[in-house]
Amino acid sequence: MIWLTFLMALPLAGSVVVAALPKTNEKLVKQVALFTTLLVMGATIAMAVGFQRDNVELQFVEKYSWIPSFGINYALGIDGLALVLILMSTILAPVVVLAGWNESHGGRWSVKVFYTLILVLETMMIGVFAATDVFLFYVIFEAMLIPVYFLIGGYGTGERSAAAVKFLIYSLFGGLLMLASIIALYVMSGAQGGHTFDLASLSHLQMSSTTQNLLFLGFFIAFAIKAPLWPLHTWLPDAAESATPGTSVLLLGVLDKVGTFGMIRYCLTLFPDASKTFTPMILVLAVISIIYGAILAIGQRDLKRLIAFTSISHFGFITMGIFAMTSQGYSGAALYMFNHGFSTAALFLVGGWMISRRGSSTIADFGGLQRVTPVMAWMFFLAGMSSLALPGLSSFVSEFLVLVGTFTRYPVHAIIATFGIVLAALYILIPVQKALHGPTTPGNENLPDLNLREKIAIAPVIAIIVVLGFYPSPLLKVINPAATHVIAGLGFSDPVPTSGNNE
Amino acid sequence: MMTSTSLVYLIALPLAGAAILLLAGRHSDKWGHLLATGLSGSSFLVGLYQLSLMLGRSNGQRPITQKLFEWISVGSFNIDAGLMLDQLSICFVLLITGVGTLIHIYSISYMSHDPDRRRFFAFLNLFIAAMLLLVLGNSYLNLYVGWEGVGLASYLLIGFWNQKPAYATASKKAFVMNRIGDMGLSFAIMIAFATMGTVSFSGVKEAAGHTSTAALTGIGIMLLVAATGKSAQFPLQAWLGDAMAGPTPVSALIHAATMVTAGVYLITRSNFIFDAAPTAQLLVVIVGAITLMFGALIGTAKDDIKKALAASTMSQIGYMILGAGLGPVGYAFAIMHLLTHGFFKAGMFLGAGSVMHGMNDEVNMRKYGALRKFMPITFATFGLGYLAILGVPPFAGFYSKDMIIETAFNSGGSKGVILGCVTLLGAGITAFYMTRVMILTFTGKSRWDDQAHPHESPWLMWLPMAILAIGSVTSGYLLSHGDALVNWLSPLFESHGEHAELLSPVVVSGLALVMVAVGVAIAFLKYSRNEVAAVAPDDVSIFTRVARQDLMQDRFNEAVFMRPGQVLTDVLVKSDEAVIDGAVRGVGRLALGSGSSLRGIQTGFVRSYAALILIGAVVLVAAIWVVTQ
Amino acid sequence: MNAANYLYLSALLFTIGAVGVVVRRNAIVVFMCVELMLNAANLSFVTFSRINGDLNGQVIAFFTMVVAACEVVVGLAIIVTIYRSRRSASVDDASLLKR
Repeated sequence: MIWLTFLMALPLAGSVVVAALPKTNEKLVKQVALFTTLLVMGATIAMAVGFQRDNVELQFVEKYSWIPSFGINYALGIDGLALVLILMSTILAPVVVLAGWNESHGGRWSVKVFYTLILVLETMMIGVFAATDVFLFYVIFEAMLIPVYFLIGGYGTGERSAAAVKFLIYSLFGGLLMLASIIALYVMSGAQGGHTFDLASLSHLQMSSTTQNLLFLGFFIAFAIKAPLWPLHTWLPDAAESATPGTSVLLLGVLDKVGTFGMIRYCLTLFPDASKTFTPMILVLAVISIIYGAILAIGQRDLKRLIAFTSISHFGFITMGIFAMTSQGYSGAALYMFNHGFSTAALFLVGGWMISRRGSSTIADFGGLQRVTPVMAWMFFLAGMSSLALPGLSSFVSEFLVLVGTFTRYPVHAIIATFGIVLAALYILIPVQKALHGPTTPGNENLPDLNLREKIAIAPVIAIIVVLGFYPSPLLKVINPAATHVIAGLGFSDPVPTSGNNE
Repeated sequence: MMTSTSLVYLIALPLAGAAILLLAGRHSDKWGHLLATGLSGSSFLVGLYQLSLMLGRSNGQRPITQKLFEWISVGSFNIDAGLMLDQLSICFVLLITGVGTLIHIYSISYMSHDPDRRRFFAFLNLFIAAMLLLVLGNSYLNLYVGWEGVGLASYLLIGFWNQKPAYATASKKAFVMNRIGDMGLSFAIMIAFATMGTVSFSGVKEAAGHTSTAALTGIGIMLLVAATGKSAQFPLQAWLGDAMAGPTPVSALIHAATMVTAGVYLITRSNFIFDAAPTAQLLVVIVGAITLMFGALIGTAKDDIKKALAASTMSQIGYMILGAGLGPVGYAFAIMHLLTHGFFKAGMFLGAGSVMHGMNDEVNMRKYGALRKFMPITFATFGLGYLAILGVPPFAGFYSKDMIIETAFNSGGSKGVILGCVTLLGAGITAFYMTRVMILTFTGKSRWDDQAHPHESPWLMWLPMAILAIGSVTSGYLLSHGDALVNWLSPLFESHGEHAELLSPVVVSGLALVMVAVGVAIAFLKYSRNEVAAVAPDDVSIFTRVARQDLMQDRFNEAVFMRPGQVLTDVLVKSDEAVIDGAVRGVGRLALGSGSSLRGIQTGFVRSYAALILIGAVVLVAAIWVVTQ
Repeated sequence: MNAANYLYLSALLFTIGAVGVVVRRNAIVVFMCVELMLNAANLSFVTFSRINGDLNGQVIAFFTMVVAACEVVVGLAIIVTIYRSRRSASVDDASLLKR
């Protein structure tokens, strides 16, 4: 079965159709785009049903020779983690299309171009998680920058060109370091049994610890920029501030996950020893990200920048979970990636609606929205509660797993990171109070509440947030085997309780 | 342990109410409050049914559990969504649903003019569900869900009228301070998992026997931090006074009878940890003693009737925490005081609400006076609660509070003497400030404005007050008759050896009554004999001034945490732009700058290009020559 | 006769050409100097061909001549065009790309 190629081909075909449509018929363009993304979502869910949960090997594997003279293959395959992330991406895509129905207006180019870019981006989002050939991964990793660059630079607000360029150059810089590492891997594979870019073969390479450390850094810096880890984060607030809400959702919700995904898939698999060497340093950076992102979020006046900084804090949690090297930490981090996609989507989409209604993204310009637009206010509140990891909502499960998993091996890191939950209460409740509570700010009395389209768009996101808070088992069952596999592959096992049961 | 399939209904009923009311929106405005009250009441009936089943079983068979589904399972971290009902939780279940239902009934009338009454009832139901989850969860993590759930409900209800900025701030303050406590609970769970590999109550209880004292002490202290946050104990007590921004039924239910006592539940539930960690237990006692004095002192200076009652709540919970910190002898008395306090304090809060209802929502007691004649029922029910909190025999407080004082005296050594004296002194101060509240509100001359038309509240409001007043009178006797509650709870706690009695019960009761009489007498001399000023006088002692400002708790928090925090935030925001992003932009500027300076070489003259090429070629050849030599 | 002498001559011619390119302003002269450098290179090629006893050097010399011829065609066309428009054949006047 060529499920994965089929999944990638669907949005690509959709983008061709959209591109062929007349420029003037904007409604049809949007409908085709929505239909395509819904189709992809349905197909992904159908594929997920056939996923064997207990099988730790890659599934839905495809492999075709692409450039034989360099040993480059078009190779795809997914494990539990990749499946979860592809699911997240394809569910978010129709939500973004529906939620941002009008956000492509007023761009530099036509509506048609916007949706063509979105659909092309969706193809790449699936491909980047499914690729098992390092070269293929690299190509998609870099190619993804192009549609996002145009989405930010062409349809954003404010200093959109500058933000797009900053995003592009930051990412390209990391990508180049990664390319150097990839070429080195390729060269070394030639000396050890034939040139290849195949991930599984490369993971058996013999190399000196210095080489491994250097190559690890090449990959890691690229991923640390993607999943913004302090101090490589400064592109994110600018990009999020300038991008449309829908683009921000895809940028923070999906593209940034490529960073944390890559840390697991490439850094840990290819360079197990270097990963262990750098773990202490990375954990420190992760903890700094958690606290720093939270404090910076508290200090923001702009709603979009605030959400961006909360994400920096959340990515700190994810990174910490990955490098805690325990099954709880790993599963928590993987689940966190999924949950963060939806809670950030909810925040950005509802925040985007608030901003487009008010015509300003400064938090102080809102006020008393709960009396004027109750549904919108409650949706924002719920999204915020999910962001601060309220028990009963999905983020809590993942955040707590990360903390518990980290605590069993690195108690000090976990303790410092836990202070982030108090800061989270502040960075959510301060904007909630300023924007939703208090007397209604003059000029806001007649803001319209959410319309039916917006309600339909946000409903599945909220539903996922609530349901997964109480019943995360379906996802955890998919993630857990991969988690144990990866952790065991690194030679780790969960710490045993220091005292207690004599079992 | 026996399993059951019906425990979930206790939580599901009010939770369904909250969900229906919130999702149906305005459509349920007409019947929402009735549905919510009905569901809360049915939950109470389920609780009674469970109690009857429990009474029918022998002592060891009483606890029952129900596994709902597998919640989180990763590696060895396995948490089921499971419920457990034992002798301790049933007390809370009945208190929560019973008092909760009464307050639902009261609110039907109290909130009848509020356009958002339906939302209020939805939140009340949400609170009941979360609080029941808190006391029914069978592991610390399940408890944690309820723990934060009640925090959320409390936040929503304190900020129910959040169009007023001060109220919105109060709700935020409560949530954030609670979160600090919640962090303690997180730590406790993490330590428990790391050391014992389990976080269920039964698992931890079993493992506590062979776990290091250091770990147990760590868990205990972290649980205490959690309790101080939720129960407004020192040093996380500052939110409770501001929480009075919520509608009065909320203050009665959440901030007097149930939620704020969750800390006492947590400590009592974790008795197996505290019994094995003496240091943590000592800290519990110290926190309780400090808070009971702290609250009592604040109570003496408050003119806002609700804030005076809130300070009293803080102080009374201090008694409970102190009782729970005294170990196996104290747990049952802490719970007993918790239950009796649930009756009389909820009753008094509802009384305060009734007074406010008749006085145009005026809360300043200096604007009251002589209300006895206008609100006889409110006066009577409030008065019974007053007698109960004072500990006048045979009212409820006499049984519960005196037992704590007695246990404190008998806890041995200098610790016993100090604790005994503190609790005795607290009883005297309690008598003083409660008498002050009574005098200012109900007796003397009227000091209200012309617009006020005090009147008795409708029956929907006074009926719950009357029922709670009956509880304030009888509950103490019923619970302590034949050591009913002590025996009921005893299977849960380790049996304790008898301590040498320092003072006999009669002596303690006598001393307590003397202290109470002194307190009442001082209050009479100060407020009944003299004219009460309608505006709080400024020429007061430094002590009064400090007490009026809640003993500087807000100033302290502001100076030590808030201001430095704001400075840190500002500095980091600026440095993020200047330093980190500055470095990034610096790299960009470096590239641009080096480009523009190198551009000078491009003169446009062909001959200079040719010369450069020539020089370059020569240098290259020379370099190759040098290298190959 | 010593083959190295041809190389010395080639180097001398190349140097004269290079100096001419750098110091002279007249485009035609600069152009002639470029030709001189090319031919100096050709002389080297032929010499090395002779020394090594194979024909590769001579082949490349022919190749260079063809390229030089093409270059002359294009170069002279440019010079003539510039002279027509600016009434000057000085290379220093043709610095338009800078501005």
